[in-house]
Amino acid sequence: MTDLTQQKNEALTAIAGAASLDALDEERVAALGKKGWVSLALKTLGGMSPEERQQAAPAIQAVRAEIAEAIELKKAQLETAELEAKLASETIDLTLPAPAQAKGSVHPVSQVMDELAEIFADLGFEVATGPEIEDDWHNFTALNMDESHPARAMHDTFYFPDKTADGGEILLRTHTSPVQIRSMQQVAKENSGGAPMRLIAPGRVYRSDSDATHTPMFHQVEGLVIDRNIHLGHLKWTLETFLKAFFERDDIVLRLRPSYFPFTEPSVEVDVGYSHEGGRRVVGGSGDDAGHDWMELLGSGMVNARVLEMGGFDPQVWQGFAWGLGVDRLAMLKYGMNDLRAFFDGDPRWLSHYGFSPFDQPTLSAGVGAGA
Amino acid sequence: MKFSTTWLKDHLETDASLQEIVDTLNAIGLEVEGVEDPAEKLAGFTVAKVLTAKKHPDADKLQVLTVDTGEGDPLQVVCGAPNARAGMMGVLGQPGAVVPSNGMELRKSAIRGVESNGMMCSVRELELGEDHDGIIELPEDAPVGYSFADYHGSSPIIDVAITPNRPDCMGVYGIARDLAAAGLGTLKPIAFPEFTAEGACPVEIRTDDPEGCPAFYGRVIKGVKNGPSPDWLVQRLKSAGQRPISLLVDLTNYLMLAFGRPAHAYDVAKLHGAVVARRATKGEQVLALNEKTYTLDESMVVIADDKEVHDIAGIMGGENSGVQDDTTDVLLEIAYFDPPRIGVTGRKLGLASDARTRFERGVDPAFLQEGLDLLTGLIVELAGGQASEAVQAGSPPSEPKVLSFDTARTVRLGGVEVSADEQRRILESLDFAVGDDWQVTCPLRRHDIEGPADLVEEVVRIHGLDKVESVALPRVEGVARPTATADQVVERKLRRAAAASGLNEAITWSFLPEDEAAHFADSAALWALANPISEDMKVMRPSLLPGLLNAAKRAATRGSASTRLFEIGRRYFRGSDGLSDERSTLGVVLAGEKTARSWATGKAQMFDAYDAKAAATQLLEAAGAPAGNLMVMGEAGSQFHPGQSGTLRLGPKKVLARFGMVHPATLKALDVDGPIAAVEIFLDAIPQKKAWKGAKSFARPSFTPPALQSVTRDFAFLVPEALPAAELVRAVKGADKANITDVGVFDVFAGQGVPEGRKSVAVEVTLQPAEKSYKDADLKAISDAIVAAAAKQGAELRG
Repeated sequence: MTDLTQQKNEALTAIAGAASLDALDEERVAALGKKGWVSLALKTLGGMSPEERQQAAPAIQAVRAEIAEAIELKKAQLETAELEAKLASETIDLTLPAPAQAKGSVHPVSQVMDELAEIFADLGFEVATGPEIEDDWHNFTALNMDESHPARAMHDTFYFPDKTADGGEILLRTHTSPVQIRSMQQVAKENSGGAPMRLIAPGRVYRSDSDATHTPMFHQVEGLVIDRNIHLGHLKWTLETFLKAFFERDDIVLRLRPSYFPFTEPSVEVDVGYSHEGGRRVVGGSGDDAGHDWMELLGSGMVNARVLEMGGFDPQVWQGFAWGLGVDRLAMLKYGMNDLRAFFDGDPRWLSHYGFSPFDQPTLSAGVGAGA
Repeated sequence: MKFSTTWLKDHLETDASLQEIVDTLNAIGLEVEGVEDPAEKLAGFTVAKVLTAKKHPDADKLQVLTVDTGEGDPLQVVCGAPNARAGMMGVLGQPGAVVPSNGMELRKSAIRGVESNGMMCSVRELELGEDHDGIIELPEDAPVGYSFADYHGSSPIIDVAITPNRPDCMGVYGIARDLAAAGLGTLKPIAFPEFTAEGACPVEIRTDDPEGCPAFYGRVIKGVKNGPSPDWLVQRLKSAGQRPISLLVDLTNYLMLAFGRPAHAYDVAKLHGAVVARRATKGEQVLALNEKTYTLDESMVVIADDKEVHDIAGIMGGENSGVQDDTTDVLLEIAYFDPPRIGVTGRKLGLASDARTRFERGVDPAFLQEGLDLLTGLIVELAGGQASEAVQAGSPPSEPKVLSFDTARTVRLGGVEVSADEQRRILESLDFAVGDDWQVTCPLRRHDIEGPADLVEEVVRIHGLDKVESVALPRVEGVARPTATADQVVERKLRRAAAASGLNEAITWSFLPEDEAAHFADSAALWALANPISEDMKVMRPSLLPGLLNAAKRAATRGSASTRLFEIGRRYFRGSDGLSDERSTLGVVLAGEKTARSWATGKAQMFDAYDAKAAATQLLEAAGAPAGNLMVMGEAGSQFHPGQSGTLRLGPKKVLARFGMVHPATLKALDVDGPIAAVEIFLDAIPQKKAWKGAKSFARPSFTPPALQSVTRDFAFLVPEALPAAELVRAVKGADKANITDVGVFDVFAGQGVPEGRKSVAVEVTLQPAEKSYKDADLKAISDAIVAAAAKQGAELRG
């Protein structure tokens, strides 16, 4: 038995000192392999008498278990060490830049148009569109500006040399108002004499005008509400509600001033109170408050009875209001750009700075405005 | 129009402050665009007394004055005015004051060796009149040391924007009338200077075009003496921004600016025979007061005599017959012209004038004789002469509009309650005659009043728009539905998908230079502006690419190595009906580096045609197009590289997009450096999702993921070099539609080991078992079918 004990102690020492998994395996083979001393010792049991076997077997089995356990333990230690060494060798410099996905952006005009659509959807307004290359009739005549109307001259119209089938001028629409006419005509086609309507019509418009604050192409959003008993009070509420939602401020104050547009009667110019903060115009507060002033924001009014007629509506039954508003300017006021010309230059640096993440989709629940 | 508050107070009895006047003007629709206070210009000019006046030792025409300024020692001032003398009161500009007429700042200086501490000023130097013969002489009791602005009473000038519907407010008197109606004071009656008219008018006056010129009133004044206008007149004209010319001209301008009534004065000496309003003859010419010659046509009204045209009626007088300094006999013309005719003439001639502005909007038809008498009286008073009797040729419109008015309409349309009494008061204060039965007779000058809504406007604007309270729009009944159209929804998805894929949205001009547009479409199909703002903005774009390519070019010039832009907008074509055919389109431009050089990937990678294809495919999928069914075919157009571009189609005719590398010739034409990849997606070609049909349309087709594992098999084929890989893939896919779910190309190779004229294409086929796992025999059958299908495309399995 002393032999066995001595052998075991020697083996355990060797196992503990194994420097690698291979060396450990050699020790395993030497002890537990087919010809290993433990295996040979076990074989000796076959030649023993039952009594001798009963006495010798537990001792040999115990040695075997002890050796096996030592090997397992050592193996785990060696594997961990080996893995650690491997991982250590795999260390990389993570301060190096990772491949970057290019960041895109949504143009502020598109973003603001989406915001408008969202705000007005809540008020039940549909979004309508119409052609940009218009005819004289839809752009002027149907809006109560016949050929000799002086207001036509104020529109700086772009004309084409072409004529319509009935000899009318073809032009670039000077405002989004012709969409009113086209939409009314469409409604009147399906509902003789007219029906209630609520729409906004955003889009490109054109005036032959180019200086620091005017571009020959810009964007407007038209609004139109028609029903039986719609009056100036509704107009005021609608614009207030929209502007409060757009600027996310409760302190928006409007000032209505009488004005003149051929397509509305009465006509109203709408001013909004603002203050100067850090060189920027900040909408909010009454223009009569200290440090505040009024700024012209949009033109509006009750739809002229003639315009209703041109649109196929019976002015004895239907009345309503309309407005037209510059989208680019609205974007500038809310998001703080100061140069209209940059809107149409396509400079990626400007677009990245003033543009919006595609995931800033305006929603009522997440907010229609996107924070800087 | 501009006017001084002094002028306003000629017509309005009021003690309202400037701020009250401005606020009221704004409130009643006469928008104040600015207020200018000339007192600011007169800062530093004070009333001073000349104590002594001695000849300048070294200059004959100069004097050396000592002047009492009211404080401190008298100042020594050198003065060249002949009227300067001891004891006179005048206006002194001290060092620091800025002379209004020339903007020069006065300084202490030496004039011919004599110290001068300021300047004694003339009327012209202070822009108070034309007189420059000497320095201003003030009355003896003028307070020495007092601010001259305060002493003189220079009043603030108000600039009001008059809307085109209110020609009656294109005169100070009309503005005073509106202010009086708004409760700001009392309108003063017009003061008519008296004169006696004697003898028939020696010049015959007629209108031969009663349609264009319904009324032509006039008279001759003989023996007038023209000359400079008096200061009160000069000040008024100047406050209106008009240059004084001569008394006779200034008085006609005064009539226009004070009463909105244009008039014209002819020098009788230059006239020959009867003076007639008639249609011009085609090609007839006239030299107008602005020294330009205009060629007329028969739609225009002129005032002419036997010899020549003297006036483009209602717009501008002629150069040859206007009054001069030596004019002694004048013919006055006060006419009424048909407003639309004046507007059309003005536009045709491209000629703007103060008279046209008023006539085309409509002057007061009831103020012809009065206007003539007022002008006559002023001329006789200030320039002398003997007036003839007046001639009235024709008659102006005299039938007033009468409207039935229901006072309830004010609250119904205007949203504000105004008592019937107050409505009546407001209308009457604006000269509407209101009957007991609410039949409202409109003043003739109010051409803008067409119906009851206009009366509501009058009532509401005078009552106060600030009294209109907000009233909530009733909510639309029922469940909220989408408010955007299907097209708009597609645009929104595309926009955000494009931005999410790393592209910056740009908005570029709808118009292009003609040559750039012509490079993208046949010029005959395009819309070219008749009056472009410049040649660079002449033709409506047939493609979004030129605008984006130009933006990419600018970006490159600014140092950008990689530019990814997109735009969603319209392309403009001529429809079959000759009208506009506007097609919603998405354009993408990928210029420069796709990935910059880096430690990981080495050299920069440039954008290539596959990037364009990826963008086109991904975006079309985002827009809801059936991406799996898209076919790549050729013919992207001559703007693209013929070997590196294509179209994505559903069926042979339905082109949804084109993509690829831009043709070097296109880049050259636009002067852009390449290579650049580009995409155009035609939104109108994308099949629309079916209309919303209630909750049903939300449910998807039912689907359960297969329980069994899919397997893959690789095949390498030798195919003809020209065979598009997609043809092989389609053939392989079609070999067993039930089992093959996907075919991917993982290797394409030509060259060593591959026979000439062939290429090797390796595909990985994914097979999805349905109910039972594949057995060897199943797999062999599928493989055989695949090889057979490929063989039909000329493919042979590589050994």
